Amino acid sequence: MTQDKTMTADEAVGRLESGMTLGIGGWGSRRKPMALVRALLRSDVTDLTVVSYGGPDVGLLAAAGRIRKLVTAFGTLDSIPLEPHFTAARQRGAFEMAELDEAMMMWGLTAGAQRLPFMPVRAGLGSDLMRVNPALRTVTSPYDDGEVLVAAPALRLDAALVHLNRADAQGNGQYLGPDPYFDDLFCEAADQAYVSCERIVETADLLKEHGPQTLLVKRPFVAGVVEAPNGAHFTSCVPDHDRDESFQRAYVRAARDPGAWPAFVERFLSGDEAAYQAAVTAFHQEEA
Amino acid sequence: MSGTGTTGIAAASRSEYCVVACAEAWRGAGEILAAPMGTVPAIGARLARLTFSPGLLLTDGEAMLMGDTPAMGTGPGSVEGWLPFRQHLTLTATGRRHVMMGASQIDRHGNQNISCIGDWARPARQLLGVRGAPVNTLNNPTSYWIPKHSARVFVEHVDMVSGVGYERAAAAGPSATRYHRVPEVISDLGVFDFETPDRTMRLRSLHPEVSLEQVTGATGFALTIPAEVPLTREPTEAELRLIREVIDPNRLREREVPA
Repeated sequence: MTQDKTMTADEAVGRLESGMTLGIGGWGSRRKPMALVRALLRSDVTDLTVVSYGGPDVGLLAAAGRIRKLVTAFGTLDSIPLEPHFTAARQRGAFEMAELDEAMMMWGLTAGAQRLPFMPVRAGLGSDLMRVNPALRTVTSPYDDGEVLVAAPALRLDAALVHLNRADAQGNGQYLGPDPYFDDLFCEAADQAYVSCERIVETADLLKEHGPQTLLVKRPFVAGVVEAPNGAHFTSCVPDHDRDESFQRAYVRAARDPGAWPAFVERFLSGDEAAYQAAVTAFHQEEA
Repeated sequence: MSGTGTTGIAAASRSEYCVVACAEAWRGAGEILAAPMGTVPAIGARLARLTFSPGLLLTDGEAMLMGDTPAMGTGPGSVEGWLPFRQHLTLTATGRRHVMMGASQIDRHGNQNISCIGDWARPARQLLGVRGAPVNTLNNPTSYWIPKHSARVFVEHVDMVSGVGYERAAAAGPSATRYHRVPEVISDLGVFDFETPDRTMRLRSLHPEVSLEQVTGATGFALTIPAEVPLTREPTEAELRLIREVIDPNRLREREVPA
């Protein structure tokens, strides 16, 4: 009855094409699908329009020159306010940006998922978003109130990448932390979504220890399932792993120093995912 | 400073005046979410909840609404609700929230910028991005906390209007003004509001030992200055004990505002 959608991160990324609009789940430096992003960095896929509540996913893709256009409300590492590659890329004019408010993005993704052209929002009016985003339009309520609101445009995605705590082989995805973020919306707004997870489990085991509300992503919206332990590293994926703060600090130090960045890439991002995880382990052994 | 010498408790520091000034922003707010950004506002929100605004909701900085009011840096002993980001954004539109944001720049009309410095198309300095400032300012009261008052922050014109001020809201029409309110701007030097006929920034009170010249010299536009400028109110002894012993025993407040 159901299809086994398990694949490797490289196989998932192999389904992507240059020029696509790619949504990336998580929020800032929280539960980012970093193993899939690292696989993307190993591929030759480029010229992307990236839609993301931006964190190091945006930073790494920007540093590698893969982003043509960024749709976001921010770039941050949460415990470190500014994402260094995001800020540097903006300052050198490395990509086009469509800046949106956090709520406009949520309603844009909702419209994308619901196959609507837009959602009305009370956000943006009076702000410079209307100036820097000339494509934004307003909509007038057809009812007696006559309110004029912003029509947050649908964010329809060619593909989406998200990372969850558990999934089954068919693509039912489960989050075990405190916040779903917007990962279900990213999947539903995308023509094809790839879910990486800490562990693939039997369907019957999904609810052995957890309530039904932990089931976030439904299999019709998932094209591929990738088992990627520690796959959100260095962002948080509680309760499986916290944000790796010392590694994040090392990332920021390297990213702020153009002289140091190539060595960071060489050490951590020149091999496959197993090599990355081994290099991270070695990093912590040196620190200890 | 004006201490409570009779009981022997040390006089209030500047950071403690700032905490109390921030707490006052949530006085009388009832059962709404207090959303403080920054350490001093977070201490202030907890102080307000433990004293004159017990109905406030507070998050743990992630998705939990805290059932008690723990010390800074300590997790809650109980949880009374769940507020993941998507619900936080929709709660904003219900109006049941008063947020206190930071500002990289703010102008006399209350326009705030956290997005970038310089030309947006290719900024001299990219900052956070607008985040939720556009939706915040149009939907619930939005106050600002500025830990280091300077003419680089209090500017004639902000480079990228993220949070909407009074004249921008008015120009954008009734859908923008309907729920728009910027009650207060609090800095390490004083408290400011927009209680003027043209809704431009006014000095409401000076913190003790701050001169008027210090404020005007660190502000890049002309403030409305009342004939008599009051002092920011003194923390009570009970408030000082709560700040020092219960909410912020590790003195995180002094990292934002040196004692």
